[in-house]
Amino acid sequence: MNVNFDIQEKQAQPTKPPKPVIKTKDLDFAYGDSQALFNISMDIFKKEVTAFIGPSGCGKSTLLRCFNRMNDLINSANIKKGTIRISDIDIYNKDVDVIELRKHVGMVFQKSNPFPKSIYENIAYGMRIQGVKKRSELDETVESSLRGAALWDEVKDRLNKSALGLSGGQQQRLCIARTLAVKPKIILMDEPCSALDPVATAKVEELIHKLKKNYTIVVVTHNMQQAARVSDRTAFFYLGRLVEYETTEQIFMNPKNSKTEAYVSGRFG
Amino acid sequence: MESDNQQQRAHIFSRRFSLNKFLEISTTFVLRFFTYLIIVLAGYLFWDIAYKGSKVIFISEAPFINVQFLTEKPQTLHVFEPVDIDSQLKAAKADILSKSIQRKALSNSNIEEANAYTLAIKELNEEIKLLDIQRKERRLLFSDSEFRNLSETPSDDDYVYNTYAYSGGGIGPAIIGTTLLVFGSILIALTLGVLCAIYLSEYSRPGKVLQSIRLSILNLSGVPSIVFGLFGFGLFVLYLDWGVSLIAGWFTLALMALPVIITASEESMRAIPKGFREGSLALGATKWTCIRTNVLPYAMPGILTSSIMGIARVAGETAPIMFTAAFALRDRLPWEGLEQSTDFFFQGVMALPYHIYVVSSKIPQNEYTQSMQYGTAFVFLLIVGMFALSSIILRVKVRKKYDW
Ligand SMILES: Nc1ncnc2c1ncn2[C@@H]1O[C@H](COP(=O)(O)OP(=O)(O)OP(=O)(O)O)[C@@H](O)[C@H]1O
Ligand SMILES: [Mg+2]
Repeated sequence: MNVNFDIQEKQAQPTKPPKPVIKTKDLDFAYGDSQALFNISMDIFKKEVTAFIGPSGCGKSTLLRCFNRMNDLINSANIKKGTIRISDIDIYNKDVDVIELRKHVGMVFQKSNPFPKSIYENIAYGMRIQGVKKRSELDETVESSLRGAALWDEVKDRLNKSALGLSGGQQQRLCIARTLAVKPKIILMDEPCSALDPVATAKVEELIHKLKKNYTIVVVTHNMQQAARVSDRTAFFYLGRLVEYETTEQIFMNPKNSKTEAYVSGRFG
Repeated sequence: MESDNQQQRAHIFSRRFSLNKFLEISTTFVLRFFTYLIIVLAGYLFWDIAYKGSKVIFISEAPFINVQFLTEKPQTLHVFEPVDIDSQLKAAKADILSKSIQRKALSNSNIEEANAYTLAIKELNEEIKLLDIQRKERRLLFSDSEFRNLSETPSDDDYVYNTYAYSGGGIGPAIIGTTLLVFGSILIALTLGVLCAIYLSEYSRPGKVLQSIRLSILNLSGVPSIVFGLFGFGLFVLYLDWGVSLIAGWFTLALMALPVIITASEESMRAIPKGFREGSLALGATKWTCIRTNVLPYAMPGILTSSIMGIARVAGETAPIMFTAAFALRDRLPWEGLEQSTDFFFQGVMALPYHIYVVSSKIPQNEYTQSMQYGTAFVFLLIVGMFALSSIILRVKVRKKYDW
């Protein structure tokens, strides 16, 4: 596929060719003795939304958490083979600072996890731990992040109230805003809407659509319609292997693999 | 016919006897019985101490609290009892003794006469009660300081004079000593315990080493308090040459409370949702930043409440301070007569539990020491109760604040 795009790039530029930012190559990943990912190779492209789909336990979250090294927290987790390069830097190299990586690659979790602080402090947290103290700078970032997450109008009058008082959907958007505040380039979302009702889900989807202009987004989802609605590309995983990775249109309209077809049409999973 | 009738009345849901039901009922009964038994015992214990102790603490005149008892140092009690009543009492008691011997001799042969003796003894007992009330009204009690200030002592002709060690004055230094011991050891135990718990729950990797550390902490909590006392004596008092001192007591008590505090702190930290940590780490926090900003603040209330309870429990122990920090009697208050400020840490103090121990087992018992014992026990109970109460209040308040 890489080659393909390289050729496109050389040919003409009517539509801007996408640039790969996360390059995963031959990745084998294991929790202790049980291998969770087998030989994954895929490129994730800049300023696109990539959806990971697949039945439960197939390794979507595991791969996602490899991208910002959240798996480092699990003692038994280890990469057995392969590399992940973000902006052409091997992120598992010894000289990589995990802190800098995680600032670059933000993450939104399945269960929204606002801290039991005020809304303002939730957003400011990421900057505060970096040592930003200037009130004006904090104020500015809080507002722009909340606007970026389409939450500003709903909470601007209660910034000092506890974030736990927000609704589930608002909490999830707050977590997205919190991620935006540290100015990442890539945002990983692990089933961001699984705990939300349809209205809140629609709002988050709308937000993802909007964020695509400035961020590279990877989103794990169990909701086929959601994948179809928000993503440009879709990867289908099965039992720790990447079965098919194509443009979303292709995956849903014209899947090559029979398993993919069965899964997206809801016949198993 | 009859059995037919019965069968008609019985339906599929009607009550039947079965062994299981019987077991169920008797189990409930047994469980309830023992629970109530424990409650009654605990209630009796509190009531007994509160009743006997409050006689010492509360008085009938303003300010209604026996300030002297709470603030003064323990002193020898000087007692003057009126001679006439004393001799009457002695005579009555001797009479009872002789009468009961005579009654015993007669009890088999002449029942009528024996009954007459029994009656007489009863009357004498009544008389003694009346005399005792008079004695209590007319006796004169002086603590050491009061006695020394008397312009003239009551004359020997009118009064019988006795002294009782530790029965006068109050328990002020012991209250202060115990308070100092508790706060110091909380500070030390919390610092050490929380640091250790942070390492164990957040940094250490599971494995043989961690397991054996956990095991040894568990074992530490099973070590009898007297062993801690001896250990503290050997290490702090003798080897480090701190002498019998506040600081030796602090470390001994802290060491004893450590297992509880470590376990409780670890539990409190583990109760913090994983999301808080992941959320913070995903925003680029270092591990320590994450712990400092997003784990400890939310775990702290739990840590504090359990630790206060743990310390309150330990502070009540006599054994660990017996050799390390407590004096049976000390004239100066901890801040009096210090040459250097560091001397503050290297002085022994009086402590409530040790005072109770001394008053109840080291000196001859009499009615005057008893009031001292129960008064001290009651005050001690109140202080420990206050600790427990404050930790409960803290817990309730905090639970309202952080509800996740
Ligand atoms: N911390 C862990 N320790 C050991 N094994 C794990 C751990 N986390 C996940 N696994 C295993 O790795 C495999 C992949 O899990 P993963 O969470 O990536 O699945 P998933 O595709 O995200 O599933 P879901 O859709 O249910 O979230 C599973 O078999 C799971 O049991
Ligand atoms: Mg998952």
